[in-house]
This record gives sequence, C-alpha cells and structure tokens, in this order.
Amino acid sequence: MEYIITFLDKNGLVFAFLVTGLIMYFSEWISKTLTRGKIPGSAISIFMGLVLAYFAGLETLGKKGIADLPGFSGFELMGGPMFRDFAIVSTAMGASFAIIKKTGPIGVLSLFLGVIISFSVGSIIAYAMGITDAESLTTIGAGACTFVVGPVTGTALGASSDIIAISIAAGVVKSILVTIGTPLIAPYIGLKTPQSAMIFGGLMGTTSGTAAGLAATDPKLVPYGAMTATFYTGLGCLMCPSVLYFLMRAIL
Amino acid sequence: MLLRGVALLAACFVAGQILGETLGRFLGIQANVGGVGFAMLFLILSQNELEKRGLFHLEMGEGVNFWSKMYIPIIVAMSSVQNVRVAFSNGLLALLAGIIPVIACLALMPLLSKLAPKD
Repeated sequence: MEYIITFLDKNGLVFAFLVTGLIMYFSEWISKTLTRGKIPGSAISIFMGLVLAYFAGLETLGKKGIADLPGFSGFELMGGPMFRDFAIVSTAMGASFAIIKKTGPIGVLSLFLGVIISFSVGSIIAYAMGITDAESLTTIGAGACTFVVGPVTGTALGASSDIIAISIAAGVVKSILVTIGTPLIAPYIGLKTPQSAMIFGGLMGTTSGTAAGLAATDPKLVPYGAMTATFYTGLGCLMCPSVLYFLMRAIL
Repeated sequence: MLLRGVALLAACFVAGQILGETLGRFLGIQANVGGVGFAMLFLILSQNELEKRGLFHLEMGEGVNFWSKMYIPIIVAMSSVQNVRVAFSNGLLALLAGIIPVIACLALMPLLSKLAPKD
C-alpha cells in the first residue's frame, strides 16, 4: 500500500486529473438523473469538491482540503492559483474588448462600492457581537472583503491571531457562498449579460468564488466577471489598512 | 502551431502578473493588483492584433482553447482544496461576516445594472 501512495504523490498532478474527471463524471450523472438537468453538472461538481474538502479537513485537521490526504497532494498544484489564473486568462480569448471598455467606469464604481459595503457591513456585525477596538473591527471588515484582504490588513495593523483567523474564515465563507449561490440567484439579479457579470465581479470580489459561480451559471460570463474581480483584492489591501482604518478610528 | 498558442497565453500571463505584482509593490501593499485582468487584456489585444495581420492560426486558438476548457476541472480541484472546515468551525461571527455583506452587495446589483450602458 505504502508504495502505491508514494507513487500517487509523485505523480500527483496526473492523479488529480483522474480524480477530478471521476468527480465530474459522477456529477454529470447526478445532474441528469436526479435533477433532470436542472442543476448543471459543473455546479454539482464544484459543490462536491467543497464537500470532499470539508470531510478531508475533519479527517486530517489540515488546511488544504483533500490535498492533505495521502496520495492526493497533486490537488494542491491543480487547484492552486497558478493553474487557476492561467485558465481564467485563457477564457479571455474571444471576449469583447468593446464591451469591457464601455462597461469599465461602472465596473470601477462597483469595485469601490463592493469593498466599502463589505467592509462596513462586516465591521458593523463584529461591533454588534461585542468587538470594540479599531484594529480588530478593521481586520474583520477586511475579511468580509476576501480571505486575502483580512490577514494582510490584520498583519499590517497588528491584530491578534484569533481575530485574523476569524477574518480568514469570513472570507472563505464568502467565497463558498458566492460559489454555490451565484447560479441559484443569477436569474433574480439579471446576471446574464457581460455587463452584469462585470458589475457582479466588482461587487463580490472573491476571484475564486466569482469565477466558479459564473462558470456554473454561464461559462461565457467568466472572463467579464474575473476581469473586475481581479482588481478587488488589490483595492481592498490598499483601502482597508489605510483610509478605512483611519475612518474607523475617527468614528470610534 | 499549437504550442505557439500556449506560449502566447503564457507570455500574456507572465507579463500581466508581473505588472500586477509591480503595481502592488509600487503602491506599497503585499498583493497583486489586477494581474489577471492585465493578462486578459494583453491576450485580447494581441489576438486582435495578430488577426489583423493574418498571423493568428486556427491551431493557435486551439492551444488557448484547451486551457479555457480545463477551466471548470481546475475550479473543481480548487474547491476541493479549500479550508472548508475552518469556514464552518470558526463560529457565528465568521459565518455572519461572510454572508451578510454578500447579501448587502447583491442588493445593489439591479441599481448598478440600470446604470450600465446597453449594447
């Protein structure tokens, strides 16, 4: 058994292709038989990935989902940021530059609104639950932006490690919620045009959540949503530890 | 020809990401600012430019297309390496701070969509 696991870890990426293929095949089957095609197979396979990650996390107490299981280490590479960003960029081929240029200004507006609203609502919730110092409130508000903005802000302001952990968890909850919720809510918020996808990407920000959610909604929308979402984390890291922190101190 | 497409994609990726990293440094923050977005713009612009000059072969497009079709499998792999356990075990505050801001932002969608230019 030992040598098989060593073999699988050594050839991790190839094994990850195989397992992902099986997950997708199984999800396609569930989509056809159990939901009669109502829920797309891609949405089910993304959800299954999250479920597997949850149980793997319970089993190993690790941080990397099923990549922490013996033999499954290749998932870290296949699901890591390099391949993710490479694949996102490739979806831009055939996207319309004219639409991106025309929707650009409103995309920028949605980015600023997305960061400011997530931050404010996140820190108001933290305040309501008994947290009162400016550093912790700012860190949790930043975590409500994305799971990168939270720890970057917390580290810059010297917040305690349990507050930083909460901010990361809030960001991960957001990313999972956007992943699962986007295809379900898309018809109600008019998420069907490239323009609306750009606004959505700016408001939500989480690149992984937005990209996965849009992929399950309509793959043609992915490049437009990813285009704005990719600026969100940078903008959040820029505003949270500076302008928004100073504002927070002025208010308290 | 196929690999030229992949190489073009890789060139756009590297250029865009380095620009994003540099911009982050320049702004004094520990994050990549829009690297993926710049890379996408480079890809769109270089494809247009190559097509105009008749240098964009169908097979080059296939090299890029392969990766855009790999997109969903990669996202499935990505979701299976998330720290889902922490998201659900870090208490009510993390859950609420993750969920309510999303709802607040979604409420703005219809308003912003009205402001967007039509095709």
